[in-house]
Amino acid sequence: QLDRGCALHTAARDGLSSVSSQDVPAERPRAVFHTSESDPAKHTEQHEGRLYNIPLEEVKAVFPHGLPHRFQQQIQTFNEARVMVRKPALELLAYLKGSNFAHPAVRYVIYGERGTGKTMTLCHVVHYCSRQGWLVLHIPDAHLWVKNCKELLQSSYNKDRLDQPLQASVWLKNFKASNERFLQEIKTQKKYMWGKRESTEEGRPLREVVEQGLARVRSASDAVGVVLREIKQQSHRGSFRLLVAVDGVNALWGRTTLRKEDKSPVSPEELTLVHNLRKMVRNDWSGGAIVTTLSQTGSLFKPSSAYTPQELLGKEGFDALDPFVPIPVPNYSPREFESCYGYYLERKWLQHEKAHTEDGKAELQFLSGSNPRQLDRLAGPL
Amino acid sequence: TLRLICTTTAVQRKNVGASGPEKYTEAFIKKQIEEFNLGKRHLANMMGEDPETFTQEDIDRAIAYLFPSGLFDKQARPLMKHPTEVFPEQRKIQWGEDGRPFHFLFYTGKQSYYSLMHETYEKLLTVQKHQDQLIAQDSSIPLQKEKRNLAGSRWLTKIELEEMLLEKVSDDDYSRFIQLLQKLVALPCADIEEKYIQKFSKEVPVQLQKVVIEPLQYDERGVAFSTGEGQRKTARATAVVYDNGTGKITVNGIDILHYFPVLQDREQLLFPFQFLGRIGKHDMVCTVSGGGRSAQAGAIRLASAKALRSFVTEKEVEFMRQAGLLTVDPRVKERKKPGQEGPRRKFTWKKR
Repeated sequence: QLDRGCALHTAARDGLSSVSSQDVPAERPRAVFHTSESDPAKHTEQHEGRLYNIPLEEVKAVFPHGLPHRFQQQIQTFNEARVMVRKPALELLAYLKGSNFAHPAVRYVIYGERGTGKTMTLCHVVHYCSRQGWLVLHIPDAHLWVKNCKELLQSSYNKDRLDQPLQASVWLKNFKASNERFLQEIKTQKKYMWGKRESTEEGRPLREVVEQGLARVRSASDAVGVVLREIKQQSHRGSFRLLVAVDGVNALWGRTTLRKEDKSPVSPEELTLVHNLRKMVRNDWSGGAIVTTLSQTGSLFKPSSAYTPQELLGKEGFDALDPFVPIPVPNYSPREFESCYGYYLERKWLQHEKAHTEDGKAELQFLSGSNPRQLDRLAGPL
Repeated sequence: TLRLICTTTAVQRKNVGASGPEKYTEAFIKKQIEEFNLGKRHLANMMGEDPETFTQEDIDRAIAYLFPSGLFDKQARPLMKHPTEVFPEQRKIQWGEDGRPFHFLFYTGKQSYYSLMHETYEKLLTVQKHQDQLIAQDSSIPLQKEKRNLAGSRWLTKIELEEMLLEKVSDDDYSRFIQLLQKLVALPCADIEEKYIQKFSKEVPVQLQKVVIEPLQYDERGVAFSTGEGQRKTARATAVVYDNGTGKITVNGIDILHYFPVLQDREQLLFPFQFLGRIGKHDMVCTVSGGGRSAQAGAIRLASAKALRSFVTEKEVEFMRQAGLLTVDPRVKERKKPGQEGPRRKFTWKKR
């Protein structure tokens, strides 16, 4: 009932705002493209195609490492973070709202062609979950863990595996920044030994594990593994909801560009981080959801025209992720394109005289093919 | 007295150039014609065709089949034609056995030219007499003949006149002859001598062929569409432009965003539509092959511009033509020359 009330309220507010825009169209075109609704929980089809604002402090708290680079630059330029509400995101939110958390976690795979907004959809969902008070496990780009790693240590926990201290410590830092209060509440359930002298007792808050990982970089990957295992076990009990958000999940099952010292290629299972992450993505736990994105841009050894789950995940990955809900993300619809174009105009991002005309708009639409990334790149020099 | 007994070889050598082109005797030409006819019958037998109805085209085809040649110059390939086409016409000997020339104007030097001038002037005089007679009879102005198709015909060129008269004609003489012809044609009663004049005039094909704009065709759903073809460098493209569309373009079954990832190529495709202001109104399906990325884009641009002509008024077609959307780009890869590294680049010059 509350939701319905809220929806009516927002509808009334939107109605008011649109009415006000009709009254003073020249001065207030803002309202047509924007919503004042900054809580993703209340986004409905009405808000489709509009942009909503995230206050900058929230951005720093929720997304220390999640947003795409270009979007971060845009935030800096415009001094505000505006995310478009699109249909795939609304679909996902509806599923999440209606999901039963006693059942095993449902897996959602967001896929689409290059530059259609998969990462942004993921960020929208992450924002919603953090607003709702879930514990968010956000891995910004799994591809970073399988390529360009300078240091590989042999794991002390398991002789076959390889550690990546740098990536693990970076991730731990960001994780700490985004989920402060959870780290205080969750307690460890068994004793962990870090090497010969240090150990963490039972019942200590997870925060200490994280700090241990940050302090002793050599054991950072193991710390990550511990964190993941604890969280998974405890989400069963239901004290908090867990969202596992992985961007570029096809990296977990592809090949790596890393090599061991004897120049033999490393397969993903041999990396601790990847191994633990695979365990997270399996749906043998309940009390949350797993939302993943496929990404061709950072993927290794895959043709640039591949975008379906089958092609990018490979047989292994597809079998591992098998019962999942696919969510395709298309290019901009005409309405979405108009709102994006209106936003750029309003923020005076398009400086060219011709860009303000109808013809200019048609030209932009044609040249970008309604692809968000292309439009963004095109609008840059204008 | 001293006499040169042994002369140098330089003096003894024949001066080949001074004697002019080789003279063929009539008997020689006759023999050649006989040989040609016999050869024609043999060839017909060889090809299994009927010797009686073996035309020149059949001969050409047979020769091309029996002696295939990869030479680029068509005139350098083996050919078998009637001797009159092969051996250039030559002046027969102009004087008899007693040394006396046949023609009365032989000693002018340009006998055929002067005889032609005399003939033409005689025709002029007859036309004038005829005109006077008509005026005397009817006392009416002779009928205005319709202007001869001046635009469609031209006088013989100097070279053609030389070929006709088999002797050299100087520029001055040629211009005098043409002036005389024009004077003849200007008279109202020149219709009488029409046949004579036609010997000296030639049809000129209409150079500016009006490009025919095809009308729109309609497919099963009732949507109007039109096709166009274009090429650029080595790329050939065909485009089918449909009306009532959303601006979607498909190339070889692939969307343009995927087929042309580079912005420049997409801008080329956009150009015809943007020029006409019809960006979101037409759909297009094209096929393209050959060339590189840029060449294919240029080819599709030309093809789509040609297809759009059917949708648009004539004035806009003229605008498109002036904008250069309808012209085939003649630039192709230049050939590499021997002694150089590329078409223009020379080898590095080393002083020693």
